[in-house]
Amino acid sequence: MKNIFLATYLAIKEVVRNKGRFLLVALVIALITLLVLFIAALGEGLANGNRQYVANLDAQLVVFLEKSDYSISSSRLETNTVKSVRRVDGVADAGAIYTSSTEIVSLPEPLKVSMLGAEPGRPGMPPILDGREFRGGEAREAVIDRNVALRTDIQVGDTIQIRSTQGTEDEFFELKIVGLVEGQSYFFQPTIFVPAATWEKIRPQSESELTSDTPYPNIIAVKLTDPLQTEAMSARLTEKVTNIEVADIDTTINNIPGYSAQQGTVQTQGVFTLLIGILVIGGFFQIQILQKVPQIGVLKAIGSSNGVVGLSAVIQIIFVTALGVGIGGGLTYLFSLGFPPTIPLVFNGARSLIAIALLLAIGPFGGMVSIIYAVRIEPLKALRLG
Amino acid sequence: MSTIALEVRDLVKSFSLDGATINAVDHVSFQVKSGEFVALVGPSGSGKTTMLSILAALLTPTSGQVLIDGQDLAQMNEKQRVKLRREKIGFTFQSNNLIPFLSARENVEFMLRLNGRLDHASRIRSDELLARLGLSDRLHNLPAQMSGGQQQRVAIARALIHNPAVVLADEPTASLDTERAYQVVETFANLIHENERAGIIVTHDLRMCQYVDRVLQMQDGKLVRIYEDKKEIIELARGTIH
Ligand SMILES: Nc1ncnc2c1ncn2[C@@H]1O[C@H](COP(=O)(O)OP(=O)(O)OP(=O)(O)O)[C@@H](O)[C@H]1O
Ligand SMILES: [Mg+2]
Repeated sequence: MKNIFLATYLAIKEVVRNKGRFLLVALVIALITLLVLFIAALGEGLANGNRQYVANLDAQLVVFLEKSDYSISSSRLETNTVKSVRRVDGVADAGAIYTSSTEIVSLPEPLKVSMLGAEPGRPGMPPILDGREFRGGEAREAVIDRNVALRTDIQVGDTIQIRSTQGTEDEFFELKIVGLVEGQSYFFQPTIFVPAATWEKIRPQSESELTSDTPYPNIIAVKLTDPLQTEAMSARLTEKVTNIEVADIDTTINNIPGYSAQQGTVQTQGVFTLLIGILVIGGFFQIQILQKVPQIGVLKAIGSSNGVVGLSAVIQIIFVTALGVGIGGGLTYLFSLGFPPTIPLVFNGARSLIAIALLLAIGPFGGMVSIIYAVRIEPLKALRLG
Repeated sequence: MSTIALEVRDLVKSFSLDGATINAVDHVSFQVKSGEFVALVGPSGSGKTTMLSILAALLTPTSGQVLIDGQDLAQMNEKQRVKLRREKIGFTFQSNNLIPFLSARENVEFMLRLNGRLDHASRIRSDELLARLGLSDRLHNLPAQMSGGQQQRVAIARALIHNPAVVLADEPTASLDTERAYQVVETFANLIHENERAGIIVTHDLRMCQYVDRVLQMQDGKLVRIYEDKKEIIELARGTIH
């Protein structure tokens, strides 16, 4: 206990009397923090941009065409599959989802969007926040997600024009916006929702596809009566319904093209930044300890125990790291306020918290060598050096 | 009646460098009583600092015994030696004496903190001691804001404040001008005498010996001569004996 007091006293006095030096180290840590948090936020943002819609599905399982390797774009289901799925025991509801992308051109700057076909009230169609659901059939009505609203000034009640290439022609279609849903980014694009029949009419397609008017869903989102029974239900679905394969939401996300590779890249960047952080902090404290050999020698010569000397080094490192991470966190927050919504940065993930925890650990980790060094300094050095 | 605070018996410290062994301290024996102020003199390299380091339990002797307050240093483990340094020994070094981020007052008070004895009364004592050493107006200065002599005086205050049994000072006057040096050593001597401590001061400057009770002269690690007679010591200090 007495040791803790003495160590704290020494640590505080030294920091207070060398504010500049310690602030400098803290600022270096702050910059590393800024970098790591941005990478974490970018990872979260990119992940979100890719998976937001799928992750938000009110469903536990996703049905794909057999042998489509859980790839949404290469999966093309029969129209009656959704009915067969709904008949399976333990399925609460199922909704067909049709994916495609198009471009809103009734804007100063055209905006690429994902165009998803879904059924109101079924899994796959997010809850309406403002306005109403689109009407089915061939009504040219659409619902936009918040990402569209954030990037443009399109509002419920507006009419927009989209452009899709069909065969060799660029076709233009008018859509009336009737509702707004939460952000549902898919394939890094903001999303508009339309009825299946409309989707089939207005989506980009090749010459050969133009002859058919039947919309084929890419996937089916399945909501279970018991959300915990994913494995059993997955097996039952594959058994009862022909020509399908079934994945849970996580598997579906991981199989979105590029998702895993991208997340791996971002994570590797984050890990390397942390490693560099550890080396920088370690180097900094090591140099500092080397400069402090005589003073540590004096401390020991006049009877301070190794415990006091080591503890005071630990307290300083923790303090400086915490200060640096605090400043870095603050800076990150300030910067994040000024970022446009087009840059995919998301700061509220568990990822940022993990990053902060790791950042707080890098100080003591990097400083470990210097602490051991401090404890080993011989008091006699105080007499011989200088 | 004064007790023996420090006793050295047949002390040897040898260093081997490049195969050659030298005895930095070579079969030295002496005693210092409480209330006695002793000078350790000798040419550069004669083993004075080595001697002091052993007395301060900072260096283990090759052979021989050191007893401080009756306790044999060789019988102690490292933890006990740290405790001994903290409680029973006061030390000033040739250089790099003070904790650079503590003010003059804090440096002195730190010795009390270490011993868990910092209170109102001891704070007053510490300020008084600094005042006697001419540092009343330097209490809040950091070491870097003081001259070498002022730093040495702070170190002397730190070496005395916790009433150690033995006070060891390695060349405390090296960076002082003669006038200041006399003054500091005289104050040092008075404090040793008043508080009945055993004091050993290492010095090059024989003139400083006028304030001590005994002079131990070292050469090549050996204790070659002891001046105990006050008249002889005064003559030594005046430079009439060599
Ligand atoms: N760690 C060591 N390793 C090898 N030799 C040493 C070591 N420490 C001291 N010596 C040698 O021991 C001898 C005595 O050194 P010491 O420092 O005790 O002398 P000193 O009397 O204090 O000299 P000065 O008046 O210059 O301070 C010297 O020859 C020195 O080179
Ligand atoms: Mg010396």
